[in-house]
Amino acid sequence: MTDDIRTLTARVAEEPSSLAFLELGEALRRRGQLEAAYKVARGGLTRYPALADAHDLVARILGDQGDLAGAFDAWVEALRFDPMRIGALKGIAFLYFRAGDVPAALEHLQRAAEVDPDDESIIQAIGRIRQTMVEEPQVNVGTSQGNGYLAHPPAVPDSAPPAEADEGTFRPESDNGDHGSMLVDGNGLRLSGTVRSPAQEDVGDRVAAELAGVSKEATRTSRLLGLGTWQAIAVEAPDWNLFLVAPTPDTLLLTVRESSLPMARLALVADRAARQAREWLEQHA
Amino acid sequence: MTAADEALERVTQVPGVRGSLLISADDGLVVAERLMEGIDGRAVAALAASLVQRLGRATGGAGLQAPKFVHLRGNAGSVLAAPGGDDLVLVAVVDPDANVGRARIEMLDAVGRLA
Repeated sequence: MTDDIRTLTARVAEEPSSLAFLELGEALRRRGQLEAAYKVARGGLTRYPALADAHDLVARILGDQGDLAGAFDAWVEALRFDPMRIGALKGIAFLYFRAGDVPAALEHLQRAAEVDPDDESIIQAIGRIRQTMVEEPQVNVGTSQGNGYLAHPPAVPDSAPPAEADEGTFRPESDNGDHGSMLVDGNGLRLSGTVRSPAQEDVGDRVAAELAGVSKEATRTSRLLGLGTWQAIAVEAPDWNLFLVAPTPDTLLLTVRESSLPMARLALVADRAARQAREWLEQHA
Repeated sequence: MTAADEALERVTQVPGVRGSLLISADDGLVVAERLMEGIDGRAVAALAASLVQRLGRATGGAGLQAPKFVHLRGNAGSVLAAPGGDDLVLVAVVDPDANVGRARIEMLDAVGRLA
């Protein structure tokens, strides 16, 4: 046992409620003591289940162990508690890239770049992916770029079924706990999709009307408070989570799921739905 | 130190939090605040109250209970809001690199204590 690990182990023993387990887990991971690192990280998570740092640590350890699906889920949890966590965004981007979903990988890297525009590694990764898309558009490339600690073949990180194509209706993907997705214009009129109440009643028009002006309100709030361009609104209600994004400047996309779906995963669902909504809008322009 | 001051103190101790304030949900007035220089508390209160009200109507329209936490994310920062009892909303303005997860926990806990 090295001195630093001995010191950190003593600190964790003396102050079990402290966050020293993060340093200890990371130190053990770096030394390749993955089982011990995992035990430390899981122990910390038991005490701090909502700490993004702890989920991020677990994800990195699982990545090192080759459990990429587990790493994906842990990073999703990290994003749930800290939607701007760069390490999680980069990790998920890398896993998407390895799974062949290049647009999703690029999207996550772009989100990471928005959080930290000065991070050269993100800019370089985006550049490499774009180059790959130009040079080999049909190839599922598995280079070692990204965060560099995942050396195993990828698992497909998201088993959600693909969206159904329909000429007349915008239908984002559906999953368990799905209570709808709906595209609304700036006047609060439903363009497509629906939202159902807990009693399975179609409440789309009612909700759409209430959403009129939310985009403008968010734009105004962001501008006046110096928050830049608004990107998303996450709303937690008891038993339900709602996620709002603006696929275009004139539209708003609402996605509603049961709260058993972590907010970060809901954000991914909403991102994909927004892409589909943009395509649908282009087709129907 | 009042309960409101304690709540604001805890939230503003989270790294990346530029300031927090307790506002009245109905009229968007500031009840208590702890903000970094340069942040207009009255503007934050009015804007956050308006947004929370609007989202509350949307969730009501969907047959859902009122929001317990709202996160408006911009590319240069976020506004977090935790509606509580007695018509109060705890609001925080945070940097883009803030630990939003920790801020959320502190805010929900603080709002629970205020109720």
